[in-house]
Amino acid sequence: MENTFLGCGGGISGGISTVLREENNMAMSSEESSSYPDEAELELGLGLSLGGGGAKSKSKPPLPAVAAAGPWGQYARILTAKDFHSVVSTKESSSSSSSSSVTKTNNNPSCGVKRTAEPSSPPGRSGSSQVVGWPPIRTYRIQSLVNHAKSPMTEEITSALDKCKSNNTIVDKTNIGSNLNRNVAKEKGLLKKPSLFVKVNMDGIPIGRKVDLNAHRCYKTLSQTLDEMFKLSAAVGATRSNAEEQVVMTKPSRLMNVSSEFVLAYEDKEGDWMLVGDVPWDDNTVATVILSGCFLAQ
Amino acid sequence: MQVVWLRSSLALRDLQAFIQHTVVYCKMDPKLQKTKNSSSNSANSPDSTHSLFPFPDEVLERVLSFLHSHKDRSSVSLVCKDWYDAERWTRTKLFIGNCYSVSPEIVARRFPRIKSVTLKGKPRFSDFNLVPQHWGADVHSWLVVFAKVYPFLEELRLKRMTLNDESLKFLATSFPGFKALSLLSCEGFSTDGLKAIATHCKNLTELDIQENGMDDLGGGWLSCFSENCSSLEVLNFASLNSEVSFDALEKLVRRCKSLRILKVNKSITLDQLQQLLVLAPQLIELGTGSFQQELTPLQYEGLGIAFSNCKNLQTLSGFWEDTSLHLPVLYSACPSLTFLNLSYATLRSGELAKIVAHSPNIRRLWVLDTVGDKGLEAVGSSCPFLEELRVFPADPFEQDLHHGVTEAGFLAVSRGCRKLHYVLYFCRQMTNAAVATIVQNCPDFTHFRLCIMNPGERDYLTNEPMDEAFGAVVKTCTNLRRLALSGLLTDLTFEYIGKYAKNLEALSVAFAGSSDRGMQCVLQGCPKLRKLEIRDCPFGNAALLSGIEKYETMRSLWMSACNVTMSACKLLAKEMPRLNVEVMRDEGSDESQADKVYIYRTVAGSRRDAPPFVVTL
Repeated sequence: MENTFLGCGGGISGGISTVLREENNMAMSSEESSSYPDEAELELGLGLSLGGGGAKSKSKPPLPAVAAAGPWGQYARILTAKDFHSVVSTKESSSSSSSSSVTKTNNNPSCGVKRTAEPSSPPGRSGSSQVVGWPPIRTYRIQSLVNHAKSPMTEEITSALDKCKSNNTIVDKTNIGSNLNRNVAKEKGLLKKPSLFVKVNMDGIPIGRKVDLNAHRCYKTLSQTLDEMFKLSAAVGATRSNAEEQVVMTKPSRLMNVSSEFVLAYEDKEGDWMLVGDVPWDDNTVATVILSGCFLAQ
Repeated sequence: MQVVWLRSSLALRDLQAFIQHTVVYCKMDPKLQKTKNSSSNSANSPDSTHSLFPFPDEVLERVLSFLHSHKDRSSVSLVCKDWYDAERWTRTKLFIGNCYSVSPEIVARRFPRIKSVTLKGKPRFSDFNLVPQHWGADVHSWLVVFAKVYPFLEELRLKRMTLNDESLKFLATSFPGFKALSLLSCEGFSTDGLKAIATHCKNLTELDIQENGMDDLGGGWLSCFSENCSSLEVLNFASLNSEVSFDALEKLVRRCKSLRILKVNKSITLDQLQQLLVLAPQLIELGTGSFQQELTPLQYEGLGIAFSNCKNLQTLSGFWEDTSLHLPVLYSACPSLTFLNLSYATLRSGELAKIVAHSPNIRRLWVLDTVGDKGLEAVGSSCPFLEELRVFPADPFEQDLHHGVTEAGFLAVSRGCRKLHYVLYFCRQMTNAAVATIVQNCPDFTHFRLCIMNPGERDYLTNEPMDEAFGAVVKTCTNLRRLALSGLLTDLTFEYIGKYAKNLEALSVAFAGSSDRGMQCVLQGCPKLRKLEIRDCPFGNAALLSGIEKYETMRSLWMSACNVTMSACKLLAKEMPRLNVEVMRDEGSDESQADKVYIYRTVAGSRRDAPPFVVTL
């Protein structure tokens, strides 16, 4: 498998991606991120992370979201102007006045992307960049939405679970004790199993998602969830008939096909990029292999 | 001159009518006008041939004490000196829509007996990060004056103000009878400040903390309520996220028998909620905590029973991290609901349909656009009494058209909910024809806020601008008071607004218009306009200056990213000394450009606390 699709441009783009990754994470953070799910603190042995940027994030973050990025390090990708623009704007529009948020507005009266564009010729739809304070939604609501997006959509899991052949009731209904335990920390995962959140990034989209691998029992449901998250159906269009097949079961021969198919790959301990799906799905596999950030690439 | 006896049982409406009639009468008769320099002593019985009201002031004051609306009171105070005095002595509730329009000292001089204060600070666009930090609107200077003049202050309601923990401590310790604190969209404080309130305000009846830019340092504040505190009626901490001590909360709810509004935060689980409901079945408004938890069948049933025992429940909100699994527990409470706020719950159409099917008496409904057009169709068919609908976007920065709601959903609601008069609708596509039909179905709109999320979006079927849509709105909805525009709009929209929107009080404009003429039409045509906020529009100096005489009749004007220059602002400031003309410049922009302009009427002169980046001209 070639690495070209990962777009590692070497040190420079790695550097840029590092910076933006910080900002990405800032954008996603808010006061409530302190109660982010308890990710398995896995030492992932990132010997070879692509494109520089260091294996671990050095920053001591007041923002757990950045800490979450830590163990997984950074990886490079090709960044388009679109990425940059939307990232900056996203950061601005979700910046709050809490001290932990990174803003350049503290000393700078211009709190946003400078708009030199003519008001009478607003941005077109396809390449539309995000504008400060638009759409007009209060910061609080935006932060709530962002946090909601961070945890896997319950709906997806529910439907994914339903479709899965294996046992639906992953949820342990007999575990009354923990339910009644009033002092138990409130975690955001639906299931009582510890969540194993993995970062998933799609090529070309600056803001990634997280998927709870322990919420799934098979590749099918995982791929459906990812499909929903990244709206592959919308992007891909009518060519998709069977989402999971395309996402996961792509035969090697179709890899180089520049059609609208997507492949799901991950970086394992040795730093190799592997196609998801070869190894049988069981707990051991999940724990040891599918880690360090899955990466959807076109 | 007729003498009119008033019964103390007079209905308020009749009283208002009487006073308004009297105001007109009095204004028409020059003999009854007193000059401002008149030194008539209001304590003595006024000369009956010159006074409208030949009774002791105590009677007038008693009559006027029935008036609560601050607008009515302002009218009353203009009648004559006696009425001005009587009014100022009887006013107990203060409403200040722009904290810089007046100073605390002026207020203190005029009104000696204030018990309740509502203060609003920053321009509304600060909610969307258009106003830099440290802009102002600090409440502390107000509190210092209030502590001296109104030691018996009971209520403080702040919106878009800045306050820090020191101010909250000061508030908590300076007013022994303090009862109600409401903070909406404020910033600068933390939960430590709330600790002070909980600790020191022994008679607290209301603590309402909503959507503030505050630091949540932990939930310990809730434990600061003393065990003697049993007076709480309103407790809203839904927007704080830290875990609070459930034990403390449970005890608080147990002893506050008058609790009628309880909105908890995400840290409260469903089974904890059930316990609270059992303790407080008298609740009128409930905000749930996290709605996502695995419940045993027994717990599930218990929750359902708890809800059904809340016979007075009218409002439901919360639903953080919802799961559709548990929504049926609500069904027993739904029939009595009038306000359902599901705007943090990512429901799909089917789930919403089921809920609204159980909620036929809903008057106000807030949802996320995940419910889709199909969900809104269900609303249209299930909620004939709906008056207010707000549809928020779940994914505001997503360009994909396949998500959210369209004109179809709005149409469906308008067909079934003829009483709709308030709408806030975020969508990605709209047509002129749809809006025209909608307002024909619902001509009583008072608040029409349509946000087509891509700036400058056209009618997606005809590819025309959206002028005719808003034209239809202002032509048909004669009671329209608030309007927010979006989509591609030319000056024609503003011509329509100026021509037809005669009751319009608040207008919000973004990425619209073709020339100065647009803004001019509005300024010249809308007699009741009070608030105008404009961003990213091609309105320049001519437009700004066309309203030179209008701005004193308005609360404020905001213009940002338009074509206004400093010279025009300076001219405006020079001509109108009772306006504050404040300019903020973006970094790196031309010296002559006035990037952000905020103009408001004031009797307090230019503000003394303006930060360096705010230039008052």
